[in-house]
Amino acid sequence: MSIESRAATTDDDGGDSGGGADARADSASAVEQDAGGAGTARSAADAAPVVASDLTKRYDETLVFDGLDLRVDPGEVCCLLGPSGCGKTTLLHLLAGLEDPTGGRVEIDGEAVTGPDYRWGVVFQDPLLYPWLSVRENVEIGPRLRGEEPDADHVDELLELVGLDGVADADTADLSGGMAQRASLARTLANDPDVLLLDEPFSALDQLTKMELQDELLRIVDELGVTAVFVTHDIDEAVYLGDRVAIMGPVPAGIEHVERIDSETRSRDDEAFLAERAATFEHLEAVGLE
Amino acid sequence: MSPRTMATRDRRRSGSELVGEGGRLLPAVGLLGGLAVWWTVTALGSGIITNFAPAATFAVLAELVASPSFYDHVLVSVYRFAVALGLCLTVGLPVGIVVGYFKAAERATTVLFQFMRMISPLAWFPIAIIVFGVGTRSAVFVMFMAGLWPIVLNTAHGIATIDDDWITVGESLGGDTRALLRRVVVPAVIPDMLTGIRLSIGILWIILVPAEMLGVNTGLGYLILDARDRFSYAEIPAIMLVIGFIGFWLDLSVRRLHARWNWG
Repeated sequence: MSIESRAATTDDDGGDSGGGADARADSASAVEQDAGGAGTARSAADAAPVVASDLTKRYDETLVFDGLDLRVDPGEVCCLLGPSGCGKTTLLHLLAGLEDPTGGRVEIDGEAVTGPDYRWGVVFQDPLLYPWLSVRENVEIGPRLRGEEPDADHVDELLELVGLDGVADADTADLSGGMAQRASLARTLANDPDVLLLDEPFSALDQLTKMELQDELLRIVDELGVTAVFVTHDIDEAVYLGDRVAIMGPVPAGIEHVERIDSETRSRDDEAFLAERAATFEHLEAVGLE
Repeated sequence: MSPRTMATRDRRRSGSELVGEGGRLLPAVGLLGGLAVWWTVTALGSGIITNFAPAATFAVLAELVASPSFYDHVLVSVYRFAVALGLCLTVGLPVGIVVGYFKAAERATTVLFQFMRMISPLAWFPIAIIVFGVGTRSAVFVMFMAGLWPIVLNTAHGIATIDDDWITVGESLGGDTRALLRRVVVPAVIPDMLTGIRLSIGILWIILVPAEMLGVNTGLGYLILDARDRFSYAEIPAIMLVIGFIGFWLDLSVRRLHARWNWG
């Protein structure tokens, strides 16, 4: 995906998101629950589908989930929501190839996931920036680790995209939590991943920073047209960000329910949005009470 | 809660209010204090100790600094120090990396290294003389046996305690083992290596003097004994000042390097 092509659409954000919402509403009727179909809100040519089939994970005596299926369509944002210890981070690690499944397989863009790869980029709960590098050098590290010279213009644009263009040469120790997580996101994006796998990236941030970053993430995902899987234990966050929310029950239940979010707008006080939130909450409660 | 117990963080250390504008002068105050003690001890004493008085020392120091042959001794000392440090780095860094990386190597060597570390390097001297003969090689060997351990142990510690998540991030960003070593592991361990190097430099410079007293006839350590044998007592503290000055400067330069690599 080229940064140049989306730079032009940055300014007319209002018109753009309107169109996106329409598409989102249209596609909603076409796709049922977690049985994946084509045609999602963000039709992105480069985005890749993420498919987990019959996935089983066991740590010694503990079965985390058994025979789990999940399909995330190209360009879709899928949130994994569930209580602590439900295995949502484990599932993300399996999708990312950071851990091996006990059984079953994960495919990204038709390719079996056997280990970590820059094409499926991970954003971790902690920013985990390298403190011996400046902010800019941290964003450049992905290409460098792959033996490529980072494209200076691309890095500039990413820093601007996440709003860090003013502190590019700063030490990472001088960044606030929100800024560090932005830098971490830009670092992952510098590899031009087809898929973004995010593991509770905003959970350590204060509410205002969190809301700001949620909006920015949506904008960035829309602009770059990547497929995203977002792990969270925050219902509002899941409903606000997700095209679909996969609700996970306590181990070894796995995914208990998939809620499609049809809200036409992403306004946090919109009635439709609140209804989605209530529905998701009910399902979560049902899962939790079992 | 009496007001007395309430103190802001800045004021909790007594006298911190002095460390303000005049704070830059405090090191000079300390140096003058040391000089005062030195002067007092030699002025109040009688007999041979008066030979070591500051005034006589500084007069001799001025002569020393002006004489070219003195620099031959300084240079040869610095040379021995540099060779010993080079050997410590060449052996210590790789050994430290292996010991830190492989758990089995750490298990196998910990007791041995702690044992070796506690043998005074000077105890090696007779063996060094028998094996290498009198000369620079013996002195360097003894210094090497002293300066090696801090580099090995700190490097190993740095490698063993490197943040695993940093590696995971590097892997997920597409780095292979070589790229991860070069761009993540090595930079992450440099502060620990520099800590080890700094300790090692201090030890090497300290051991240099007794090493040069034992097996050679050049260098600053030799010069101290030589001054005693020539009964030019004021020369002894003058040479000591030079030794202290060079050592201080060596340590300061590594400290600067360390500060640049320290991210807390």
